[in-house]
Amino acid sequence: MHEISLCESLLKVIEDSASQQNFSQVKTVWLELGRFSCVEPDAMRFSFDVVMKGTLADGARLELLELPARVWCSKCLKDVEIQQRYDACPSCGDYRLQISGGEEMRIKELEVV
Amino acid sequence: MCTVCGCGEGEATIEGHEHHHHHHEEGHSHSHADGHGDHNHDYGQGAARAHAPGLSQTRMVQIEQDILSKNNQYADANRRYFSEHGILSLNLVSSPGSGKTTLLTATVLALLDQTPVAVIEGDQQTALDADRIRKSGARAVQINTGKGCHLDAHMVGHAVQDLKLQHGSALFIENVGNLVCPAAFDLGEAAKVVILSVTEGADKPLKYPDMFHAASLMILNKIDLLPYVDFDVAACCDYARRINPGIRIIQLSATTGEGMETWLGWIRAHLEIAKTGVNVPGENS
Ligand SMILES: Nc1nc2c(ncn2[C@@H]2O[C@H](COP(=O)(O)OP(=O)(O)O)[C@@H](O)[C@H]2O)c(=O)[nH]1
Ligand SMILES: [Mg+2]
Ligand SMILES: [Zn+2]
Ligand SMILES: [Zn+2]
Ligand SMILES: [Zn+2]
Ligand SMILES: [Zn+2]
Repeated sequence: MHEISLCESLLKVIEDSASQQNFSQVKTVWLELGRFSCVEPDAMRFSFDVVMKGTLADGARLELLELPARVWCSKCLKDVEIQQRYDACPSCGDYRLQISGGEEMRIKELEVV
Repeated sequence: MCTVCGCGEGEATIEGHEHHHHHHEEGHSHSHADGHGDHNHDYGQGAARAHAPGLSQTRMVQIEQDILSKNNQYADANRRYFSEHGILSLNLVSSPGSGKTTLLTATVLALLDQTPVAVIEGDQQTALDADRIRKSGARAVQINTGKGCHLDAHMVGHAVQDLKLQHGSALFIENVGNLVCPAAFDLGEAAKVVILSVTEGADKPLKYPDMFHAASLMILNKIDLLPYVDFDVAACCDYARRINPGIRIIQLSATTGEGMETWLGWIRAHLEIAKTGVNVPGENS
């Protein structure tokens, strides 16, 4: 259940932001998750509610935005989208792919009071 | 994390931390003043106050920050420390039982006469593995993560301070046995080494791709057992390269010693890189 510790890290970022940006309550958290980020959305939602209890984000809504996995194919010389890490390039079938996007776990924005 | 200085939450404990209060000195410069020091419990009152009329106006705050940015800051501090002190740090990851501690014990014995070696042992409970390592002659410190399923860069930073590493040391970090989340937590290591044993099934790289993607080197351990198990080495290597085209693969047996020289050679080449900051020609992973 590393989603718990991810939520603890998330809480820290929120708390730091609260003291810098002067807010005392969080209503909504928008989180971007790359397809290859090792986060299970259901586990994340569950952990989020548990970890935020009694904090400034108690009861906050968690909005997850999934980002596609993009890789650079050195044969096609272009970015392509794949679904799984073990996928081959959909255009040429090559496996030598460089991940260029899809591992993000980024807090995008907050709705605060 | 640290129960002594009160930094951070979580329930990890580092061996020896009950007995002294340490400081964060040069090299390990994460500040407790701004970060986790202010675990303010009065934040909770915000919710209550917000119900008062007139206070419910909401606004948007742009953050654009990685969830793991705190961990990554600690990892950067660790990495700076390692590079300033010419230390090679390797993060060993695998499922429980693949042979990390056995391999480390054999590695320590082989390296110790020429190289200062230290080990950070991560397990949920017990200091058994650190004891095993100390018996082989290396410095070792145990981190117990409690319910936590991986080491993070902050715990490692504290353990590193406790170890007081010599210049040019090899530091091995045995992560908690888990093929999932240690992939996401940078500890500041030079490389992740994933250990897979032949009793686990050749398809593990496909089943746990994140880890095999994050690792620079895969060790296929327990090859002495190959005659007794149904394990397709070629297929396994193929799967690993499919996930990570640049991955190096070394086959060995930590108990019989077969293949150990290749692993030791890999370590020595990377120690040179760590000590001199220069890439050894022909060594690309
Ligand atoms: N046959 C064989 N057994 C091994 C080898 N390496 C480790 N083991 C055994 O595997 C078990 C788990 O090893 P351990 O080092 O504790 O694994 P860890 O959980 O990854 O640290 C122990 O019983 C070891 O003796 C090997 O190369 N060959
Ligand atoms: Mg072990
Ligand atoms: Zn292609
Ligand atoms: Zn401490
Ligand atoms: Zn600390
Ligand atoms: Zn974990």
